[in-house]
Amino acid sequence: MSAIVQIELLTKKYDDGKLALKDLSVEFMKGEIIALLGPNGAGKTSLISIICGLTTISDGRVTVDGFDIQSDYRKARSLIGLVPQELMLEPFETVMGTVSLSRGLFGQAPNDEYVEGLLSRLSLWEKRHSPIRELSGGMKRRVLIAKALSHEPKILFLDEPTAGVDVDLRRDMWRLVKELQAEGVTVILTTHYIEEAEEIADRIAVINEGQILLVEDKSVLMKRLGKKELLIELSESLIAIPQGLAGLGVRLQNDGRQLSYSYDMATEKSGIPEVLGALKIEGIGFSDVHTEQSSLEDIFIELVAER
Amino acid sequence: MILNFYAIKAIYKFEMSRTYRTPLQSFASPVIATVLYFVVFGSAIGNRMTPIDGISYGAFIVPGLIMLTVMTQSVANASFGIYFPKFLGTIYEHLSAPISSFEMVIGYVGAAATKSAGVGCIILAVSFLFVPLKVQHPLLMLGFLLATALCFSLLGFILGLWAKDFEQLNLVPALIITPLVFLGGSFYSIDMLPSLWQTVSLFNPAMYVISGFRWAFFGVSDVPIMISLVSIAILAIVFFAIIWRIFATGYRLRQ
Repeated sequence: MSAIVQIELLTKKYDDGKLALKDLSVEFMKGEIIALLGPNGAGKTSLISIICGLTTISDGRVTVDGFDIQSDYRKARSLIGLVPQELMLEPFETVMGTVSLSRGLFGQAPNDEYVEGLLSRLSLWEKRHSPIRELSGGMKRRVLIAKALSHEPKILFLDEPTAGVDVDLRRDMWRLVKELQAEGVTVILTTHYIEEAEEIADRIAVINEGQILLVEDKSVLMKRLGKKELLIELSESLIAIPQGLAGLGVRLQNDGRQLSYSYDMATEKSGIPEVLGALKIEGIGFSDVHTEQSSLEDIFIELVAER
Repeated sequence: MILNFYAIKAIYKFEMSRTYRTPLQSFASPVIATVLYFVVFGSAIGNRMTPIDGISYGAFIVPGLIMLTVMTQSVANASFGIYFPKFLGTIYEHLSAPISSFEMVIGYVGAAATKSAGVGCIILAVSFLFVPLKVQHPLLMLGFLLATALCFSLLGFILGLWAKDFEQLNLVPALIITPLVFLGGSFYSIDMLPSLWQTVSLFNPAMYVISGFRWAFFGVSDVPIMISLVSIAILAIVFFAIIWRIFATGYRLRQ
């Protein structure tokens, strides 16, 4: 898979002196869905704004499909669609009017067939002549997506796409993102909803204080950094951890009815046979054994805390 | 791609559609205001005034009234056209689109100038109902009308880019543009002023534009027609240079 967006040593310093990005380098691959995860003020929106042309570069270089976003901005920007976080729309314009404006701005000839298909896909066709002020919040967000897709971009940026969005629309958007990926569109989304990244992203980039902490395939990341927990439901409550289990790192919880044992998935020896063997030797009966895996959120919190 | 024609067309069409949505505000309002000027200054007061340079006062003020409306409407249309997307935040789309500042200017200023020149033409048509009028140089008159509309739309565009809020957007026309236009000879020849104010008027750019426009109607003017033509060209170049600088530096647009 080749890179479609290449960012080299990107620095952004605002006029007020705030350093939003520090020598940030990262590549986004063609056709992938990548989630930029980070706390508020981490630099996610600054990064997207620079790539899309909304914010100037202080230092460094960004290319989109090989085109420099400064010297070759026409070619670079024509490949990009942006869905902003805020519902920024002209209230008195119709859905069709505003989508047609977007298509024209990006240098595309009118294409009624494409626009009809796009609006239908986003359940907006029936509302095409409605002024935007008459639409619900969810419909307005769909209009923003329609505008971003109106010129058939190869890269779609979604800035906090599901912030304040109801469950149904969130599911619809996730489905749309997957469909776009199947059509060859690269999707880059910022989010601080870990479950969103966990649900739809192929890769995760964690950004904090203007720097990329890591970029990793989601499953590899979870395997590499993820911890699993073995939970053993005891037949009878224990008052204390028996002698034979004491050195194995086992914890007693739930009023003595449950033993828990954390292990690292990345290591070859999990230690589980030793724990189960010790239970047998001690003659401790159990009714159930199950495991729990740490979520991306746990990993994220751990990563950010470490730096 | 030398010019993004689709973008220019899209901006122009979008801005013009705003006009069609509000026909009363766009056309009826300035026309009614001008008709009132005709009634008050042309008919009521004008009948008691002596002709100026052999032209009846009612006819004399026609070019001035058209210029008054075209200048103020151009500034208002263009400033609102670019300020409103800034206010709403929808400007993000223009900044992220593959368009140059020149193309944005053509789209926004072109639409603003079209609207104000259109209103100017309507007022001219209405004025024939009130006063006997003959335009001596119709092509030059039309050229002046369009050049003025474009020039003051450029000024309005600068104002819209600069303004941080609606107060600034409205204050500049009220405190600067309207006084300049009123004192630029819309309703009088500067020969009628005391000598000190005649000299002061020479520093008013609106005076040169109004004078030239009046020359196209009657062949008489406060300053030679060539000076008016050069003045309007200089104004356009200065305004365009300021806009170019604003886009080059990203002033109040890009952080």
